[in-house]
Amino acid sequence: MMEGSDLSIFAKKKPQPMASTAPLLRVEGLTKRYGARIGCADVSFDLYPGEVLGIVGESGSGKSTLLSCLAGHMAPDAGRVIFDTAEGPRDTREMSEPERRRLARTDWAYVHQNARDGLRMGVSAGGNVGERLMAVGARHYADIRTTATDWLGRVEIAPERIDDRPSAFSGGMQQRLQIARNLVTGPRLVFMDEPTGGLDVSVQARLLDLLRGLVREMGLSVLIVTHDLAVVRLLADRLMVMKGGRVVEQGLTDQVLDDPQHAYTQLLVSSVLQV
Amino acid sequence: MYVAVKGGERAIDNAHAWLAEERRGDPGVAELSVDQIREQLRLAVNRVMAEGSLYDPDLAALAIKQARGDLIEAVFLIRAYRTTLPRLGHSRPVDSAAMACIRRISATFKDAPGGQVLGPTFDYTHRLLDFKLLAEGAVPAAPASAATPGPVPHITGFLNRDGMIETDAPDETTPPDLTREPMELPASRQLRLQALTRGDEGFVLSMAYSTQRGYGRTHAFVGELRIGTVAVEMDIPELGFAVEIGEVELTECETVNQFKGSKSEPPQFTRGYGLVFGQSERKAIAMSLVDRALRWKELGEDFNGAPAQDEEFVLMHADNIQATGFLEHIKLPHYVDFQAELELVRRMRAEAMQMQEAAE
Amino acid sequence: MTDQAYNFAYLDEQTKRMIRRAILKGVAVPGYQVPFASREMPMPYGWGTGGVQVTSACLMPEDCLKVIDQGADDTTNAVSIRKFFQRTAGVQVTEATAEASVIQTRHRIPETPLREGQILVYQVPIPEPLRFLEPRETETRKMHELEEYGLMHVKLYEDIARHGQIATSYAYPVKVEGRYVMDPSPIPKFDNPKLSDNAALQLFGAGREQRIYALPPYTQVVSLDFDDHPFEAGKAPHDCDLCGAGESYLDEVIVDDAGGRMFVCSDTDFCASRQAVGHRGRLSPEEV
Repeated sequence: MMEGSDLSIFAKKKPQPMASTAPLLRVEGLTKRYGARIGCADVSFDLYPGEVLGIVGESGSGKSTLLSCLAGHMAPDAGRVIFDTAEGPRDTREMSEPERRRLARTDWAYVHQNARDGLRMGVSAGGNVGERLMAVGARHYADIRTTATDWLGRVEIAPERIDDRPSAFSGGMQQRLQIARNLVTGPRLVFMDEPTGGLDVSVQARLLDLLRGLVREMGLSVLIVTHDLAVVRLLADRLMVMKGGRVVEQGLTDQVLDDPQHAYTQLLVSSVLQV
Repeated sequence: MYVAVKGGERAIDNAHAWLAEERRGDPGVAELSVDQIREQLRLAVNRVMAEGSLYDPDLAALAIKQARGDLIEAVFLIRAYRTTLPRLGHSRPVDSAAMACIRRISATFKDAPGGQVLGPTFDYTHRLLDFKLLAEGAVPAAPASAATPGPVPHITGFLNRDGMIETDAPDETTPPDLTREPMELPASRQLRLQALTRGDEGFVLSMAYSTQRGYGRTHAFVGELRIGTVAVEMDIPELGFAVEIGEVELTECETVNQFKGSKSEPPQFTRGYGLVFGQSERKAIAMSLVDRALRWKELGEDFNGAPAQDEEFVLMHADNIQATGFLEHIKLPHYVDFQAELELVRRMRAEAMQMQEAAE
Repeated sequence: MTDQAYNFAYLDEQTKRMIRRAILKGVAVPGYQVPFASREMPMPYGWGTGGVQVTSACLMPEDCLKVIDQGADDTTNAVSIRKFFQRTAGVQVTEATAEASVIQTRHRIPETPLREGQILVYQVPIPEPLRFLEPRETETRKMHELEEYGLMHVKLYEDIARHGQIATSYAYPVKVEGRYVMDPSPIPKFDNPKLSDNAALQLFGAGREQRIYALPPYTQVVSLDFDDHPFEAGKAPHDCDLCGAGESYLDEVIVDDAGGRMFVCSDTDFCASRQAVGHRGRLSPEEV
């Protein structure tokens, strides 16, 4: 029953002021199966420029599968992922691998849950931040270094740590470095997979604060996957609740959290402390 | 015509002469004949044939003699010779089920049609030095019995009959030839098997051993190990039928490994395969374990990061002729590059010291 | 005297054709590594089998061959390879760069400028410039395909961050015609400028790694660097002690137990030709 209602909920809750601009990302009927098991099924939504969409659900709900399919790390079995490229909307599934990889290092950014997956552990902090700049053609050492220093500052890493390797950093610092490395080229769409997962609570709070500042300041468009409702409460404009691979509810964050309609969302909301 | 003759050239000639003298050893001791090597060091000959990819016991024995017993050097000689040989055609696939076995054992069944035949094996010898060999003398003849008549069926064939083990679909496509085409990855299973059968015995052994110790474990049983001779047949287009052109001795190993299956597919045992020239059972068993470990992707298993699962790692490092050449090339002069490094380090040191002085 | 048991220049004609096809492909796509079915050669992998196969495929009976290793004609491996082709091809050989039509080299480009019609064949141990940043061939091929060379610059960035300069002194990576990043083989970076706009055909053979690549004459080759840390071709700040040349690449030779040393041209032909026309260096013997 719920599957059929997905789209109608979506239509009703689409933020009105943005309806005039084209969506940055349009997802239609995205489905991924693992043999007989459903990874995610028939997921559709639009993401508008400057919007932060939270995808929540418990582990196994399909939210990570969804993010992997959207970011092109995994091939979905059905559906379309249409990104508004410089040359107009394109289905990323129909792109060649070179095109997809180019997108991944220019317009897109991906923040992994585990900073080690998103950093080059054998390369200095400055080199980590500079890589994306160099990948798009930066060839002036001093400029790269200035930008890297600036970004280390923005993620609250002392500039004198620029030549240290991430292995010498704390978990929170590594995650902040990963964020700097991703945002340095001003990506148009950022994927975040549990960016605060695995960190101490106090470290999480600081990171969230930082992320919120960056999102506001840069007007980032973000897809953020998390099981932590506090994270989406702070960051997300809109929310998608997933269960068993399907979207069971979506809408404006405050609406969904304050007045959950679906029984599962109600359970999810009631089981955590309100922020 | 001007021919450069300088120190380098004379040094090389002299080194070659000395090498020849060393190879011969004490002239007071009788010279080893190629026949003796072929007959009495047969396992060394087998290894050289297998890794040299050339079935010619006489040439392999000659190579061992010339290489002073250095088997990798002997393999190298055979490979360099083999590469110049014209390719006249190719044989039909040999039929190992029709093998005249001198040894045939299964670890998965106590007995099977065709019987367990120990054959000439070190397996149950006690590894005690036999000082009688210090003296030359005749060996008493081993007891003989009549050869088992008829083909000896494959053990895995019995499992196959019940659908208990995976079947390989017959494939009519011409397999790639590792010796004629560059290795391109990902490799097909045929290409992997070619690389393994000519790969270094020590390398393949260690890779297989690592799977047993948990780096890509596949729970292998030796379904069957057989050694014997098979006929080599070749289609002669002018005749319109195949003609037997010779025999080769082979060691074949089939392992029976942990099952795969899913909710929809019934579980089945899986296979690893090893086939090597001559009597080379360590190599054949090791090869079948590594083959099985490399098949993780097609069988839907996880990649655990184990070296033996890593096709590129295994295939790019199995060849001992490539390995030894590259390893030993660092003996060649590198003084031009070293000079460049010297200058660089000197300059960096000078700059660092300048900065130090400026700081003080 | 040629060895009649083997085909001209050792390899059979089928194999030569296969190698020539790879060379032509390499010439058509400068800097691109073309896979080829490298044969086992009668010398070990890593000792120039790639160069020998390329030379074998290029040699014609009327060719004149020069072989150098470390810039010298008389080093053991150069002697050994030259002998090999004398024995199997019977071609004329020379030490004079200007006289040679085919020059096989390991680790140097001759000082004497090459001319049109000459072929310079490099022996290449590791053809992949990205290999020590990414060990997987499957991945590096993809990086070339997609021109994903950011990682290469990360390496240079790290050098400067740590050492104040790009700490690569040989096998210094280059970009060919603005497209492929290429390993110029382990030549000292002093030789890098000679790669570009060279009148000769430059061929690179990696036997063990089964790759051939090429720089057709007058190809633009740029050594990777940063705008504010430009590439510099370095050499010892000395003149040759035998011929007095100030612009040639020098070997440093330790001459006594007290650490005394002299600097001499690594290019033996270049040095000898200069001495023959009267150039003298610091340690040249007195004229008699």
